[in-house]
Amino acid sequence: MSGPEIDYESVGLKVGLEIHQQLDVEHKLFCKCPAILDEGESVSITRYLRPTRSELGDVDPAALFEWRRGRFYDYQSPLKSSCLVEVDEEPPHSINYDALTVAVAVAMALNSQVFDEIHVMRKVVIDGSNTSGFQRTALIAVGGWLEVDGKKIPVETICLEEDAARKVGEEGARVVYRLDRLGIPLIEIATAPVIGSPDEARDVALAIGRLLRLTGRVKRGLGTIRQDLNVSIRGGAKTEIKGVQRLELIPKVVRYEVLRQLNLLRIKDELKLRGLSGEDVILDPVELTELLRGSKSRVLRRALESGGVILGLKLPKMKGLLGFEIAPGKRFGSEIADYVRFWAGAGGLIHSDELPGYGISFEELQAIYEALRADPERDAFIIVADEKHRALKALASAVERIKTAFNGVPEETRAANEDGTTRYLRPRPGAARMYPETDIPPVRITEDMLREAEKIKPEPLNVKLEKLTAKHGLSRELALEVISDPRLDLIEKLIEKHTRIPASIIASLFIVTLRGLKGKGVDIEVIPDERIEELVEAIERRVVAKEAAETILEEAAKNPEKNIDSIIETLGLKTVTEEEAIKIIDEIIKANIEEVKAKGQKAMGLIMGRVMEKLRGRMDGRKVSELVKKRLEHYSRPSPEKQQHLI
Amino acid sequence: MEYHGYGEPLASMLREAGAEPGDLIRIIRGDGFTIEGVLMPRYSGREEPIIVLKLRNGYNVGVRIKGGETIEKVGRVERGEPGAPVPLVEELEVGDRRILILGCGGTVASRVDYETGAVKPYLSPEELALSVPEMFKYASIDVEQLFAILSEDMKPWMWREIVEGVAKAIYRGYDGVLITHGTDTMSYTAAALSFAFHRGLPVPIAMTGSQRSSDRPSSDAAFNLVSATLVASRAPFAEVTVVMHSETGDTYALAHRGVRVRKMHSSRRDAFQSVNARPLARVWPREGRIELLEERFRVRGSEPLHVDNGFDEKVALIKHFPGPISEVIDTLVDRGFHGIVVEGTGFGHVSSDAIESIRRAVESGIPVVAATQTVFGRVNLNVYSTGRKMLEAGVIPVEDMLAEVAYVKLSWTLARTRDMGEVRSLMLANLAGEISDRHDVKLYPRWDYERA
Repeated sequence: MSGPEIDYESVGLKVGLEIHQQLDVEHKLFCKCPAILDEGESVSITRYLRPTRSELGDVDPAALFEWRRGRFYDYQSPLKSSCLVEVDEEPPHSINYDALTVAVAVAMALNSQVFDEIHVMRKVVIDGSNTSGFQRTALIAVGGWLEVDGKKIPVETICLEEDAARKVGEEGARVVYRLDRLGIPLIEIATAPVIGSPDEARDVALAIGRLLRLTGRVKRGLGTIRQDLNVSIRGGAKTEIKGVQRLELIPKVVRYEVLRQLNLLRIKDELKLRGLSGEDVILDPVELTELLRGSKSRVLRRALESGGVILGLKLPKMKGLLGFEIAPGKRFGSEIADYVRFWAGAGGLIHSDELPGYGISFEELQAIYEALRADPERDAFIIVADEKHRALKALASAVERIKTAFNGVPEETRAANEDGTTRYLRPRPGAARMYPETDIPPVRITEDMLREAEKIKPEPLNVKLEKLTAKHGLSRELALEVISDPRLDLIEKLIEKHTRIPASIIASLFIVTLRGLKGKGVDIEVIPDERIEELVEAIERRVVAKEAAETILEEAAKNPEKNIDSIIETLGLKTVTEEEAIKIIDEIIKANIEEVKAKGQKAMGLIMGRVMEKLRGRMDGRKVSELVKKRLEHYSRPSPEKQQHLI
Repeated sequence: MEYHGYGEPLASMLREAGAEPGDLIRIIRGDGFTIEGVLMPRYSGREEPIIVLKLRNGYNVGVRIKGGETIEKVGRVERGEPGAPVPLVEELEVGDRRILILGCGGTVASRVDYETGAVKPYLSPEELALSVPEMFKYASIDVEQLFAILSEDMKPWMWREIVEGVAKAIYRGYDGVLITHGTDTMSYTAAALSFAFHRGLPVPIAMTGSQRSSDRPSSDAAFNLVSATLVASRAPFAEVTVVMHSETGDTYALAHRGVRVRKMHSSRRDAFQSVNARPLARVWPREGRIELLEERFRVRGSEPLHVDNGFDEKVALIKHFPGPISEVIDTLVDRGFHGIVVEGTGFGHVSSDAIESIRRAVESGIPVVAATQTVFGRVNLNVYSTGRKMLEAGVIPVEDMLAEVAYVKLSWTLARTRDMGEVRSLMLANLAGEISDRHDVKLYPRWDYERA
């Protein structure tokens, strides 16, 4: 990781996690559609969503903005995995009892207080990801804790909610969603903001993920678990970062967010040092359209060609601040540009710290300074090129954002980028986006359900560890790895079922072989469980040697539909009998007979190498070496016949 | 004594703590577990000792009181104004036509009670118009609230008031009238208006409603309202129409003739469809376009206003079923009903044992009208002997008229005359497009999966 070391304790870092995990149940949360992703036949439906007033009487500005922009949604409704409930043409059915039981079981495992009656709520979400315009969610339990590396991490809330639709495309005002994912049950676990370092954030996420997998009732694969992070530092603000899909990214995201907040605080100090206050930022745009009409800048030319204008705004005594890097590759100017895009729907802005550039020449830069009556040594400026009303709105939103810089860090919801940086998503929503879902009567948590949940409730880590080591003879190290593996339930199942193969061999298949492949860049998540089961069976039947596993699994990742038998067939990996092996060894020795004769047993390395090229994975390596040794002895021992011949 | 939906012993505990719904309360359990939230009224399961709280994070939860808990009032929460219209646009464009919205309740005019989540019909037409500013693009809008009721509570005496309201609006010179109405009984009211104005209607009457309440971001109310505004203010026809979603997406609406439309689905946006007839027009609310599908219609401005108002409340609409249908008919006759519409099987039949009951009704001066429960198609009592016997008994077979429309028409007719001969000739005359002579082959929907 780049950049200076940060002392997280002294900056007062506090991180809270929100883990969203899809449950592996048969049906969706509020209808009888299968909870699967589905690329099959679908119907397309065009819809618009309108902003509504929340319970407390306010309007979500983002929703209002999207509506004014004429944003619309094309929903693909796959016939197999979505019904009238998903397309918002029928009220929801009663809650999936099975999913509720799993959620209660998780709550029990986290020592939480399960409520006696569950009320489903509507949480307003107007980005189109829910056809109704709200997400159905229910609070199941509060309180509780889990232990991570000896530290008790308090759990705040556990919710059961429906997953949103899957975004599959976007162009202009049109957004395309697929409804297969909409309604898949999700459990949401929120921890208290007590996590003090980036690595700890990852470890807690890992521990919660592991606990969820221990129920054996959660889905796995990319996108089935998503992490949101709440990050704040002393003097900063709580930033909610949405949608971190990979665990490994968590420390980076936290670190970059701390950096961002520290740098925003630095900007605040610098503004003060320069004797500036919010009142010095005045929305007083100057039209630069004629001045820059001849510019070679492509951004400017494009705007002018479609009838736009160019507006400039002077920022007194702010030279250098907009170009100040606040996170890798992200400048303060990029933060302002995010606001301009979001609030005004403009393409972005150009600021003086990045000029000359964007095709704007040094002469033009000087002319702009002059037109804005700005001092190139001291002042900064921003320019926007767009339709007039939008350009004005863009400058107004830029001024808004710059003014908040005097207070340091604004409260925001941000989205995680793949590189660990984040981008502005929307202002943080209040708690009042919720009202009751009256189409679903409250659900009582009965004694029966609590008993059911007790059965699913994951075993504590040490009990599971004990079982894997004492009963199945795994080493402690291997057992620990098994417990953390996404396919834990499958490993356990295979170990229980295939007692003729040592448990350690089955475990290594996942911990060594599959992870090794992953390290090589193979997408192991696409390999279906059945494939791995078939492979273990094949090893048990001695159709293939365990050494062939890596090659077979690599092929299985390339062709997830192909069964193991045909993979073995194609790769020519069927085990060989001793006789067949000797035939192959003999052929190779004969082809290299000169060498064998000259070196005798010392030719072992060479021959063994050539033989293994043909027999790797088809016979146990030790057995091959034994045979090669024998045959070499045979050939290198001068036979009476050959002696004669030599004479 | 019950207390905001709570039974004993909770009612007493809450009273003692002085806790009213909307108060912030704290429940401390015997084991020390403490929870704070706003007390909510209870709407179901009052026999269970469960207190419903709204927590600070917005969630409602139920906490069981087992004994040993203490309840304390901590404070009160001021609430904002829920469900008020959203000022969606900064500047309002107003069209050059004038229409009147007559509010008759229903989901379209309802808003959510954020406390309970229940949908209540109390959004005023003014609020409605304000929250859908696109309506003004086509016309300036005045509003009048007639009823704030749910669809199922609509009665024939209310049709009379609606007719009056519409007549007044037309008299006052509006370019069209938009009626907001619950969807469940909208087609009945549409038929009532159609007959009341069949002798002279100078401007369009567009009825609309919604299948999703207007508190939802996905509500169909705005789309339907804008479409109906477009029809009321600009349609070239002066007809009573129902203007609703044509398909599940927000693309275009259909304007159905009031005597030909039926709600064909319990929940879908496109529940309303024309039966045995084509819709009058496609309506594109965003584009402001009305695309005619029928060539024959009453032309806007071609007739002076003429109203035949009044409906008979004592008319029954019954359906043939395999059980003792004759007893149902007998009962209606004995209870002094003035007319009966029977949705018969297939061609319009009732079981042969009910024919005597029909004969008795007709002889007592109670007209019996035969429609069909197949929804699509035409009644024909000449094909089978049961039908011929029904005709002999005096049944009036109303061709391809929808049963619900036949019911409204009989109610309207009986308010004009009780003379059996006049009733028969009015019922069989095509007054408002409720009867047609020919059905071409395409006038019947085929399910999608059959088309492949």
